[in-house]
Amino acid sequence: MVRAQLATALVRTAARLSRMTGRGDGSVIGGRIGLAVEPRLLTVLARGRQVALVSGTNGKTTTTRLLTAALSTLGPVASNSYGANMPTGHTTALAQSPNAQHAVLEVDEHYLRTVLAETRPQVVALLNLSRDQLDRAMEVGMLADRWREVLGALRQQTDVPPHERTHVVANADDPLVTWAASAAPRVTWVAAGQRWQEDSWVCPQCGAHLKREGVDWACPGCDLRRPEPSWWLADDDTVAGPDGLRQPVSLQLPGRVNRSNAVTALAAASLFGVRPADAAPRLAEVASIAGRYATVERDGRTIRLLLAKNPAGWLEAFDMVDRVSPAGAAPPPVLLSINARVVDGLDTSWLYDVDYASLRGHRVLVTGDRRFDLAVRLEVNEVPFEVVDTFTDALAAVPPGRLEVIANYTAFQDIRAELGRAN
Amino acid sequence: MPTDRSDSHLRIVWVYPDLLSTYGDRGNLLILARRAQARGIDVETIPIAYDEPIPRGGDIYLVGGGEDRPQTLAAARMRADGGLTAAVSQGAAVLAVCAGIQLIGEYFHIEDKQIAGAGLLDLRSDRGDSRAVGELVGEVDPRLGLPLLTGFENHGGRCHLGPAANPLAKVLVGVGNDGATEGAWAGKVVGTYLHGPALSRNPALADLVLSWALDVPLSAMPPIDDTWPERLRAERLAAVMPR
Repeated sequence: MVRAQLATALVRTAARLSRMTGRGDGSVIGGRIGLAVEPRLLTVLARGRQVALVSGTNGKTTTTRLLTAALSTLGPVASNSYGANMPTGHTTALAQSPNAQHAVLEVDEHYLRTVLAETRPQVVALLNLSRDQLDRAMEVGMLADRWREVLGALRQQTDVPPHERTHVVANADDPLVTWAASAAPRVTWVAAGQRWQEDSWVCPQCGAHLKREGVDWACPGCDLRRPEPSWWLADDDTVAGPDGLRQPVSLQLPGRVNRSNAVTALAAASLFGVRPADAAPRLAEVASIAGRYATVERDGRTIRLLLAKNPAGWLEAFDMVDRVSPAGAAPPPVLLSINARVVDGLDTSWLYDVDYASLRGHRVLVTGDRRFDLAVRLEVNEVPFEVVDTFTDALAAVPPGRLEVIANYTAFQDIRAELGRAN
Repeated sequence: MPTDRSDSHLRIVWVYPDLLSTYGDRGNLLILARRAQARGIDVETIPIAYDEPIPRGGDIYLVGGGEDRPQTLAAARMRADGGLTAAVSQGAAVLAVCAGIQLIGEYFHIEDKQIAGAGLLDLRSDRGDSRAVGELVGEVDPRLGLPLLTGFENHGGRCHLGPAANPLAKVLVGVGNDGATEGAWAGKVVGTYLHGPALSRNPALADLVLSWALDVPLSAMPPIDDTWPERLRAERLAAVMPR
């Protein structure tokens, strides 16, 4: 225990030093040092707290933020709000909030097994699974298999009373998530949507071709089908839930996907006893998350930053661009920026899984390390574009007024840095 | 010209996009169509879902890559259907990328099982010791008259060519079939381990496939504006070629 206390102190010191010296936000380095001293530190720090995990390909950071906002009605909440979503980040988050009774942790989808075992969460929220960085990540079907194993093992939680066993909140609209989650002993199904369907044509259970009709889906070859959800979006501003619940929710965050993330957050929060009516005003306060959706003023330009890392994310981002176009006004110019550094995935093939046609009518500029990949893609897509070498050049090229920016991970961070760590 | 291939326009058949498009494979369909249209050729693109029969009358057939489960399913369907084999025997052109090259070979391996392919190229695939992931550059068989091949590979398989298949290229960077050669071709059938939108960086390969389908020499294809593909090629080759 002394060892754990020492390790915890080291985590905080290292994180503070990292921030003071400007080397980073401290969310990874602290945890790394602490875990070196006490390998079971995450387990120790999670003990006695009420923990929720959030995982999936897209929307993790936003949903984590929304759920944290909802649980904050109960008191302080520990959370890895900077998106450091591996055990080092979780360790830092818990060490820095020793008095928080609740914790909401975003978990990289490949680390679900480890973090589940170490933190013994009350709730696990599973959003979606789709292709992402295939040069370094597991194929998505294989990832669903792993999730299913891990969640099925929850049935062996015999050392805890049934009401304390982990409860899964899962997206019924995503066949891969449904298949994985249906192995778990306790599941609340949420209709969280699935705009991107290209990774779920084949039944993960038997290999037959799934049949879809509207939002409904079913396998003709086995018993896998869309479960009846108990939470869904009744309309753009209303979340529907159990027992006839109709909760108005008005978010600052754009896009249908974020309204769906709010549904998941309300469902997960309700398992901690938070009433949707109490949580909804907190969700409405969330304006941006680590620069995502942030609006920045610069030289008369009002720049909005959207992060999109994979095909499913780009489809959602285009939906957000459409929404901010007021009727009658000329649509704002859109800057697309693409890098392919290690954390982005080195491969740009996914650009062809995205249809850019909805950008026609906008003035489109492209930049980033891999701007020529984008140029070739847009030419084939018959979307007129201009190539600019830097973000600064892009700013100079557009007139004062609005500019929508969609960028993948490191391209997004580069632009944030140029804008002075936009929050 | 075989009578059941349409003379009035170019028909490009995309085989099983619902199973075989893990990595932006749609790009090859879009690029071929665009390059044909730029030469004033009408194009019909025909995606064939896994539960539909493969039409015999196409001019070009595209076979993409897929994860293990869909790939196994696609191989069984393709063999039972027989449409692709019939079209090739009537002179159609085929471009297969990534797992697609394994699918159109004699057989391939998924886990410990040997699975029969479509048998369009004299090659067999097995599993390599490690996954080949990264940039690939190759010097193309001089008989084809193409510049350097460039693209991205991501596969666990290795291909072994029989005497009736020619290597597409000699590997300069990357792994390809076995570290020495990359891809295969014979007649009007070409396969490559470059995955996804392989033609985005290889417009000349796209034109070769078009020239096969049109029964004209590659040199007879009128040039089109390739400013952006050429800049992309230059940027990629400069980034990965040994100095």
